[in-house]
Amino acid sequence: MAEPAAALSTPLHRTPLHALHVSLGGKMVPFAGYEMPVQYAPGVLKEHLHTRSHAGLFDVSHMGQVALLPKSGKVADAAAALERLVPQDIVGIPAGRQRYAQFTNAEGGILDDLMVANFGEHLVLVVNAACKEADVNLLRDGLSDVCEVQPLADRALLALQGPKAASVLAKFCAEAEGMRFMDAGPRAVDGLACYVSRSGYTGEDGYEISVPADQAEQLAEALLSDKDVLPIGLGARDSLRLEAGLCLYGHDIDTGTTPVEAALEWSVQKVRRSGGARAGGFPGAAKILAQFDGGAARRRVGLRPEGRAPVREGATLFATAGSAEPVGQVTSGGFGPTLNAPVAMGYVPTALAALDTQLFADVRGQRLPLRVAVTPFVPNTYKR
Amino acid sequence: MTTLYTSDHEWLSIDGDVATIGITDYAQAQLGDVVFVELPQVGRALKKTEAAAVVESVKAASDVYAPITGEVLEVNQAIVDEPALVNTDADGKAWFFKLKIADKSELGGLMDEAAYKAHTA
Repeated sequence: MAEPAAALSTPLHRTPLHALHVSLGGKMVPFAGYEMPVQYAPGVLKEHLHTRSHAGLFDVSHMGQVALLPKSGKVADAAAALERLVPQDIVGIPAGRQRYAQFTNAEGGILDDLMVANFGEHLVLVVNAACKEADVNLLRDGLSDVCEVQPLADRALLALQGPKAASVLAKFCAEAEGMRFMDAGPRAVDGLACYVSRSGYTGEDGYEISVPADQAEQLAEALLSDKDVLPIGLGARDSLRLEAGLCLYGHDIDTGTTPVEAALEWSVQKVRRSGGARAGGFPGAAKILAQFDGGAARRRVGLRPEGRAPVREGATLFATAGSAEPVGQVTSGGFGPTLNAPVAMGYVPTALAALDTQLFADVRGQRLPLRVAVTPFVPNTYKR
Repeated sequence: MTTLYTSDHEWLSIDGDVATIGITDYAQAQLGDVVFVELPQVGRALKKTEAAAVVESVKAASDVYAPITGEVLEVNQAIVDEPALVNTDADGKAWFFKLKIADKSELGGLMDEAAYKAHTA
């Protein structure tokens, strides 16, 4: 049997919950420059299923939290400025709400994907761990005339996800149960000064909770004391988001994919598209808006292998079992524990992107049949 | 019967000129929940260190190498039908395949149980 890859020798960061992970039996691995738990004793499969049936607690403190503080004191000024860097309607995010967005580059590619919350007086962003330094530089270069860009390095981030998340968090935060999907803002949780959003990365109802770093362990232990809650590692986080059809930056989306190619059109509001009141004005607008109007040559699709064998990232896609010419590539793939079947996503020519289109993936020299499938693979349970 | 081990965490149970081969309990624990197993064709001639089978967990795929040279006599369909058996009974019911041993001298390079325990300690 092949040995797992050796750990990187570069020093790794630790989150404020590192000691807790170790004490809970977390198997620590390098991820995006951090030492993170990939799983705990129950393993990826049970952790995944527990999150879908009860509730899971995830440490996502490696992600970047950044406040945009408008120098004018008007949040609308920060929102208008951020629209220079993203194709989303940021001005239109009401106070107390958040929205999914992408930083784009001049070629229309995606530099990172993120959440943007309007806290009333300022904006709070959550960005990917591997991109956070570049994102802060991008924000400072692009918005410093209007905003102070303040990384919230002294805050940890927890995600509580699953059908029991609401009843569990209600014991520590009475207001949490009344929040709707994508509501976001400051809330006291167990008496701590937290930022809570009703969102996540699993397809389940749940919350992300930003907590002062020195109180993160106390909050995590309080949430884990509930019998419905288990700690969940990055392994299950990945299989949960894959079943939910959610993109993983650096895999399903990157600087070589546009929001249209990535099937993220839903995330670009009409006001920023051709004919909208604030059309364009973001990096790569010419290319992205042309793709909105005329279509893109390729598209991200969900894929369901017809057999039991997982079809993983990097697998080459073909139109027929015998064709020599590749038509695309799998960007995420694995086994979906909820479906008890393999699931994947990847890019194919738009002509082959229709639901139920038969494709073949090269796996260890064999052509395995799969079909273009609807995502999410597992219906989401957001409380809209 | 003798049981021997490889540094790649396979076990071989030797019975005359037939070796029954599986992965160790240590290996299954490292892999995590096994969700898919692919086994070689019966009759295939395997060379020592050649990729012979595939075992996949939720997260990753791993090759299982032929620890010795030989012809595949039989494979264990039970682990194809129920991959989780690899997690629950790696040393027993979850054997992978049986080989007709081509060259008994190759067994000399393998570890006994004590040596394997030291290897994984």
